[in-house]
Amino acid sequence: MHVTRNHKNSGTVSEPAWVRYLLLTVALAFLALFLLMPLAAVFAQALEKGWQAYVEALKEPDTLSAIRLTLITAAVCVPANLFFGIVASWAIAKFSFPGKSFLITLIDLPFSVSPVVSGLIYVLIFGLQGWLGPWLQAHDIKIIFAVPGIILATVFVTFPFIARELIPLMESQGREEEEAALTLGASGLQTFFRVTFPNIKWGILYGVILCNARAMGEFGAVSVVSGHVRGSTNTIPLQVEILYNEYSYAAAFAVASILALLALVTLAVKTVAEWKMHQTVPVADKER
Amino acid sequence: MSWPSGKNNVLPGFTPALGYTVFYLSLIVLIPLSALFFKTATLTWEQFVAAVSAPRVLASYRVTFGSSLAAALVNAFFGVLVAWVLVRYRFPGKKLIDALVDLPFALPTAVAGITLASIYSPNGWLGRYLEPHGIKVAFTPLGIAIAMVFIGLPFVVRTVQPVLEELDQEIEEAASCLGANRWQIFSRVIFPTMLPAILTGFALSFARAVGEYGSVIFIAGNMPMVSEITPLLIITKLEQYDYAGATAIATVMLVVSFLLLLCINVLQKWSRRFAE
Amino acid sequence: MSIDIEGVSKTFGGFAALSDVSLKVPSGELVALLGPSGSGKTSLLRIIAGLETPDSGRILFNGVEATKRQVQERQVGFVFQHYALFRHMTVFENIAFGLTVKPRKERPGKKEIRDKVLTLLKLIQLEQLADRYPAQLSGGQRQRVALARALAVEPQVLLLDEPFGALDAKVRVELRRWLRRLHDEIHVTSVFVTHDQEEALEVADRIVVMNQGRIEQQGTPSEVYDRPATPFVFDFLGNVNLFQGRAHKGTVQMGGVSLSSPEHASANDAPAVGYVRSHDIAIERESTDPGSMQAQVRYLLSVGPLVRVDLTLPEGDRTIEVDLPREEADRLQLTIGEKVYARARKMRVFVDDYQI
Repeated sequence: MHVTRNHKNSGTVSEPAWVRYLLLTVALAFLALFLLMPLAAVFAQALEKGWQAYVEALKEPDTLSAIRLTLITAAVCVPANLFFGIVASWAIAKFSFPGKSFLITLIDLPFSVSPVVSGLIYVLIFGLQGWLGPWLQAHDIKIIFAVPGIILATVFVTFPFIARELIPLMESQGREEEEAALTLGASGLQTFFRVTFPNIKWGILYGVILCNARAMGEFGAVSVVSGHVRGSTNTIPLQVEILYNEYSYAAAFAVASILALLALVTLAVKTVAEWKMHQTVPVADKER
Repeated sequence: MSWPSGKNNVLPGFTPALGYTVFYLSLIVLIPLSALFFKTATLTWEQFVAAVSAPRVLASYRVTFGSSLAAALVNAFFGVLVAWVLVRYRFPGKKLIDALVDLPFALPTAVAGITLASIYSPNGWLGRYLEPHGIKVAFTPLGIAIAMVFIGLPFVVRTVQPVLEELDQEIEEAASCLGANRWQIFSRVIFPTMLPAILTGFALSFARAVGEYGSVIFIAGNMPMVSEITPLLIITKLEQYDYAGATAIATVMLVVSFLLLLCINVLQKWSRRFAE
Repeated sequence: MSIDIEGVSKTFGGFAALSDVSLKVPSGELVALLGPSGSGKTSLLRIIAGLETPDSGRILFNGVEATKRQVQERQVGFVFQHYALFRHMTVFENIAFGLTVKPRKERPGKKEIRDKVLTLLKLIQLEQLADRYPAQLSGGQRQRVALARALAVEPQVLLLDEPFGALDAKVRVELRRWLRRLHDEIHVTSVFVTHDQEEALEVADRIVVMNQGRIEQQGTPSEVYDRPATPFVFDFLGNVNLFQGRAHKGTVQMGGVSLSSPEHASANDAPAVGYVRSHDIAIERESTDPGSMQAQVRYLLSVGPLVRVDLTLPEGDRTIEVDLPREEADRLQLTIGEKVYARARKMRVFVDDYQI
């Protein structure tokens, strides 16, 4: 393998070649150990007992119902947080008002809360001993240890993804194009859909794909609120845990491999979206 | 000229947009989080102290914070190295590796957890070579730290990388013209520029590790007093219907998260102090 | 359409961008708002467009109150400083945008829109670039597209914010002449903001000089240039020399010479400042006038068609700048260190209560 300096670093200002090779080798070895090996291990172990067993494991009814619940959860969470993300970034990026940076901090908050705590707070509200517990029981509504609880906890942990992606993107694009659209007679909605949206669509895709990955893969928070009822309140990650704890390793890894594939797709889409987003910096900014 | 404020900006929709933002934020985040504090407030001070300072709880803090600190230090070092290599050198497969750095963000924690546990188990891919040398990874605090290294890895790389990319080549050339050697240029010019980003990445990685649950519990072994992390203890208390105890410990965790978030915000401000 | 601005004020968080500004823009004129940055000229333009709301005062279009009218309803064409072209649309789509967002009833047909855009493309001489994206255009081309886009909706008023500010010097000169010719063709009431006095003098029918949120002077280019109303205007338009002195009952004492200044007949030994443009000073070998001042040539520099002469005045060791046409300089054959006489052909005296 031939290691060259980056084109930016032409000229005499760089490390000696042996230092470059050493640094690169150590970095790649570290990444191989911590990233590539686990990734390879998932698929290797999933297929350990052959293709047949792999497909069997996925066709298990409990697994199928876990996949269904995961899809439902993502189908609720992602649109809810997408709508919020667009609305919030419109208010925050296109207008200035006091308390703006505090609001951004609050939006980021769920990222810094432990997943277990994220689940716990919903138990404290909706659980049997919680604020609304007695009322919910009287009306025979189940939230904790049921699907609504799983969805709520997932909405919480995926809350910031889209907003925090769109806010800086929309801020960097400024307001001139929207103002231009208004002076040309466009209505508010026309301005959003014909001018703002095309400029942020890759940012939206980026946020959505990350939000979706987390929504489908969330474990800690969902684990607290789900009650682990097989075939009804298990999501894919919880199903993986159950299979693993029952020592059916090959099945556990088979189910896990779906999530690993999802992760790879996520990374691929994310890379494309990132590349596309770089092409939508304002024309005027490129010149400066 | 100052930027016009929200109310006298001609773009439409400010009031409904801000209103919905605050409403949804309160409903999903603020009110549920406040439930934690209200629940804690029903405890007396003595009950609270007893709940959060029981020997098993204190041991879990030691395990959680100790492993997180170790993992964040490892990540700070290797994260800088990886960022350096990705920004400064050209080598085959670089784009792929750059994209893969985010794998820990994208891979569900439960998957990471069972995979790491199986790799480092006594008959796993790595475990079988480590075990004979007396190195036990799975079901020890070392295993916990390894899982935390995995999930915290992207933070340092992704905070340091843009800083390195923006670092002006001319600055290094200037230092070189002034007679500095390569090591002096790194330690006196490049490193100080990167330091705020490294610290930010370190803090982010540490914060993530402290709260981490899914990727840790499978490899941890979860032995009370030895390899039991605090988030697991919260779940254990919940399963025993000790809501008050779980809430008290969760409050401690949450306060720690807030303090870390505050530190990270301050660090980020500091890292932008030279920005033009 | 005529525009009347009546007593408009605007503050941005404690900073008074505009204080009680009143201005009439007659129909069909091309007016320049000229001033340094922070003088409030852009704010005034944005208020006319409806992009900013004034704190007080009124805007009238054709004598009809328009202050509360939404920006979409004002029928203004606005050309932004950085063009604000829609980066995801082609040149064609950019220009067509205003027509395609009209309510269905008023919207022209596909063919009509196409014809209109093609006509505009011809007008801006970019027919062959209809399918390019803004990022693929040069600055001057983007500027013209922005203008065509604004014109497509047949605005009643055309507003341009520093239209040539982001262009390099040569393109800027070409485009402003083109804008002037365009205006002579279409005669839409136009207001443009600039900080470049040359641009304002060359392009505008009328110049409004602004400073610190107020209008200092308005008038035709020659009025503003030849008869500046305030020291600020004098200083802002062209290169100027200052002479300190005292005014007393219609006479001004300045640099050892006395001049009659009837407009300051009421002044009573007040400090006064004389303003002389650098090209309004004649250099002579002999004193031909009692107002001539003795001076010494300190430095000579050719600047294109002019020769700049730095003169040192004997008292106070002050330096003044003189711009001589090249033939004049060639005739005089000045040398550094030479003693000469300088005579102000035109001087404007301001008594001290209006200092800059």
